[in-house]
Amino acid sequence: MRPIKPLFSYGPVPTYRMLLCAVLAFGLMFAEHRFSAVESARSHMTSIVAPIQWLVSLPSEGVRWGAMAFSDKQSLIDENGRLREQLLTLSNRVQRMASLTAENVHLRELLNAPNPDDVPYITAELLSLDSDPFTQQMVINRGRRDGVYIGQPVMDASGLIGQVVSVSAYTSRVLMVADANHAVPVEINRNGLRFIAQGTGQLDTLNIPSVPATADIREGDLLVTSGLGGRFPQGYPVARVTQVKRESSQAFMEVSAEPIAQPERSRYFLLLFPPAPPDASGLGDPESMARQIMWPGDPAHPDAHRISEEALKAALRLQAEGAP
Amino acid sequence: MGLFGYLFVWFTLLLALCLQVMPLPDAWLVWRPDWLGVLLAYWCVATPQRVGVIHGFVLGLLLDLIEGAPLGQNALTLSLLAYLFLLLYQRFRVYSIWQQAVLVFVLLGIGQLVEQWLRTIFGPISVSLEFLIPALIGALLWPWLFTMMQAVRRRLGIG
Repeated sequence: MRPIKPLFSYGPVPTYRMLLCAVLAFGLMFAEHRFSAVESARSHMTSIVAPIQWLVSLPSEGVRWGAMAFSDKQSLIDENGRLREQLLTLSNRVQRMASLTAENVHLRELLNAPNPDDVPYITAELLSLDSDPFTQQMVINRGRRDGVYIGQPVMDASGLIGQVVSVSAYTSRVLMVADANHAVPVEINRNGLRFIAQGTGQLDTLNIPSVPATADIREGDLLVTSGLGGRFPQGYPVARVTQVKRESSQAFMEVSAEPIAQPERSRYFLLLFPPAPPDASGLGDPESMARQIMWPGDPAHPDAHRISEEALKAALRLQAEGAP
Repeated sequence: MGLFGYLFVWFTLLLALCLQVMPLPDAWLVWRPDWLGVLLAYWCVATPQRVGVIHGFVLGLLLDLIEGAPLGQNALTLSLLAYLFLLLYQRFRVYSIWQQAVLVFVLLGIGQLVEQWLRTIFGPISVSLEFLIPALIGALLWPWLFTMMQAVRRRLGIG
């Protein structure tokens, strides 16, 4: 039989091919940086490798299934007991939440402040954690078909995981808060001081830069999303402060925190659909950002101080009603 | 090399790609040998007329898509790796197997270094010498892999 002519046949030192490949590779990298068309083409091409992603996730699925099938009765009973306990604690908390939410709504009505809406969500399952030791990303089993969009916040049962950075038809890729390329605006739950939490590339450490030496921040403080920037809804736990290094000679402190979410242990995640931020389309980025900032007495926003005035009236009325 | 041989080459390369992206616990990730680099190196050395730069490019693109790296990053690294091995494949014919392993370490290390450079272009990463570990382990695996693949190749008559 005559051998079939191979697809790429060439001599041993293909310098021209190497040059061609290098030019192509640099062209692709540049184009992806610049043109959004390449990004959408990429999301279609990612569907090509979906079978490989599914294939390599099989062994860990198998191990998990095997562990469950062969785990002994005692450990199942233990786990059951633990879950029941957790359920009890959580349902207790939900009951208290219900009354607190009602009270919160009532108080906000008294202050004429708008009520924050519930954030709708869908659940997603982990397909694979990143196979690259130098980035912190993961792939989940929801894609464009489920309404996932780029920039969407992702949670696990305990806190913020990160945001969606690329979407294909059936899967999407999540950049975690611990990645060195990620930063999230946060505030201290205790006193509302606002900072930025930056990833470091290590799963268990976040870096809080530019903390003034006089700021009231302590070890153990809970950092929640501040909602600034409009990407993450407000009030979701992000990290707990683990270390505050004060040096009297420095103007800033070194603060590090540990993410609350546990991406290496969770399998199920929530994709949030926060309400769209106020429409500022048609403006350039810096301008639209400047438009969103306002302060009492701001001439561009004459009603900025009105809320506090009405709040004052309401408070006075309450006081008058409450007085015997 | 017939159609069967060609399919076998692609089968082993795709198998290496699967091993390369197999999910592992986070602490083990840096200890994963550079499977794709080692296997591409083997085929470049064993059949330099058939396997080369374009194979590296295509596999690199697939790896980019799976890993979510900037499109072209791994493609450039792997095609460069294939090119280096094609330049030096005649030396492999005269070297002893451990000398080959040392050369493999050097070339894989160069590949990893280029990859780290490309990463730093695209954004901040935490840099440490750990990126050489996959090259080192890949080189330590080389003698066994080379011997095994030679035997398999002779048995199947791919040449």
